[in-house]
Amino acid sequence: MSSIELRDVSVRYGRREVVHAFTESVRSGEWLGLIGPNGAGKSSLLRAIVGIVEFGGEIAVDGTSLALRSRSRRAALVAYVPQEPLMPDDMTGFEYVLLGRAPYVGYFGSETKHDRSMAAAVLERLDLETFADRRLATLSGGERQRFVIARALATEAPVLLLDEPTSALDIGHQQQALELVSRLQNDHGLTVISAMHDLTLAGMYSDRLALLHEGSVVARGTAADVLRAETLAEFYGVRVSVHHEPDGTVIVVPRREGAIT
Amino acid sequence: MDLTAPSLTVDGAAARSAGRIGWYPAAVGVVIVAVLLGVMIGPAGPASWRVPLAVLDHLPLISIDSGVTAAEWNIIWEVRMPRVVLAGIVGSMLSLAGASYQGVFRNPLVDPYLLGAAAGAGLGATIVFTVARSSTADWPVDPAPAMAFVFALGTVALTYVVGAAFGGTKSGVTLVLAGVAMVSLTTAIQTFLLQRHSEVVREVYSWILGRLSSASWADVRMVSPYVIGSSIVLLLHRRHLDLLRIGDDEAAALGAPVARVRLVVVTAATLGTAAVVAVSGLIGFVGIVVPHMVRLIAGSSYRQLLPLTIAFGAAFLILADIPGRVLTDPAETPIGVVTALLGAPFFIVLLRTRQVAR
Repeated sequence: MSSIELRDVSVRYGRREVVHAFTESVRSGEWLGLIGPNGAGKSSLLRAIVGIVEFGGEIAVDGTSLALRSRSRRAALVAYVPQEPLMPDDMTGFEYVLLGRAPYVGYFGSETKHDRSMAAAVLERLDLETFADRRLATLSGGERQRFVIARALATEAPVLLLDEPTSALDIGHQQQALELVSRLQNDHGLTVISAMHDLTLAGMYSDRLALLHEGSVVARGTAADVLRAETLAEFYGVRVSVHHEPDGTVIVVPRREGAIT
Repeated sequence: MDLTAPSLTVDGAAARSAGRIGWYPAAVGVVIVAVLLGVMIGPAGPASWRVPLAVLDHLPLISIDSGVTAAEWNIIWEVRMPRVVLAGIVGSMLSLAGASYQGVFRNPLVDPYLLGAAAGAGLGATIVFTVARSSTADWPVDPAPAMAFVFALGTVALTYVVGAAFGGTKSGVTLVLAGVAMVSLTTAIQTFLLQRHSEVVREVYSWILGRLSSASWADVRMVSPYVIGSSIVLLLHRRHLDLLRIGDDEAAALGAPVARVRLVVVTAATLGTAAVVAVSGLIGFVGIVVPHMVRLIAGSSYRQLLPLTIAFGAAFLILADIPGRVLTDPAETPIGVVTALLGAPFFIVLLRTRQVAR
């Protein structure tokens, strides 16, 4: 539904520049996977897009720079699933998802009936109605992750940013969460940018990958282009073997023997 | 995305919001009971059971023979009533400010004195009693509350400036640390002054430790504008406090102006706190215990929490003020001591029931 262009985006914390001149154009309905070792700048880049860190360069959604948008308008265009979401113990699932309607509520206003029914609809879509009145503290890790995604969806933003969406989940729930996002991408044309550590999963779900290293893109393209043993050895310092399944899936397996030189 | 809601879930959502409304009538009832008890009980004056009749008699269009003499009515209206009203105002303001501070700093242990309002007020009053007694003697207003108010605001303003200079107001943590430093500094100055003027220590302490006993309608008129203004601003930010519960970053990602909300809420809560501290002294514990009581009974969403803390805070302090004036003779027990003595065990019992209920 919406494309997003990043031109020469840089992020600095104090004197240290953690993202250098990142340029990328993500088509409407496309999933861009950001990969790279810890500290490569993936999270910082996502935080720049959502507008919670200062950045240089330009980020535009559907051709209009986000810098020209109001806070609320930007929030209604770009939804964000953080790496470690803060989920208050005492808040109910419904209250949590309803917060996702904040971009549409005036400063002194409160949520309308429409907002409440949108939140209810998102819960239903993600099969979470039964948990709506449960306190967040009583939910399991997988359920919590689905609630975070539900809150992001409640914003109706056409662009969804996921920062390590599955790092706290077991393999089954990882798959569930990513399948959910993938389904939403296909059904609603969501444009997705994710930062992920699991290279196999990143390659499986993303349409394209960008490998960041020390703030710069060092490889980009399809999973087969980017996930190559020598590339990963160079930038992650790992020894891996890469397998290509007949259906095109690229599997990255760490190998044990030998020290890295 | 086209998400259309089936009517079933909409009804569910409506039911969810309606379920919580039940606490408001209860809150009003508790306040009415507290006010009645507050005006009925006291060392001098008419028989307790006559007081409600006398109050009804003074309402427009109602005439009841309550058997209360004019002198006795004077005790009810000029001594007990202002004290009850002031206790209610102070209790609700401290509770509301406490809940707001807790929301803004996402810390349940925070009270409205966190950023130095109480320490500043204490220093302001101490200065009046120690070094500035003669120079403030001809002030048109009582110098101690005025100085307490100014110093309370000044201390919090300094805290904010220091916090903003070193950490930015984006992080509540720096602000809290700056508050710790400012509280230590003002307390140190106050201690130094008291040590050099030990003859007024008693006077200063009785001023600081709660003075509802001398309440008058003038006190009520003095604090009301600040308390009303502060309360309106805080109530208008209920939804923002709920948003802040999920963290600064996520609130900002949802379009909330986090730093501005924090500044506005802290300013409003501080203004109200400084005003009530100036007339009532430092009454501890209310700002923490009342918001938590309300959380335990009605949930922790700030939308219900803030209005309910106003009611329950008022009732709490009105009730807490009763034993102090009956039990001790000749000098009254400071209200701050009573709130802690009553509040702490009650709070522990509440926590325990909650644990069992889980």
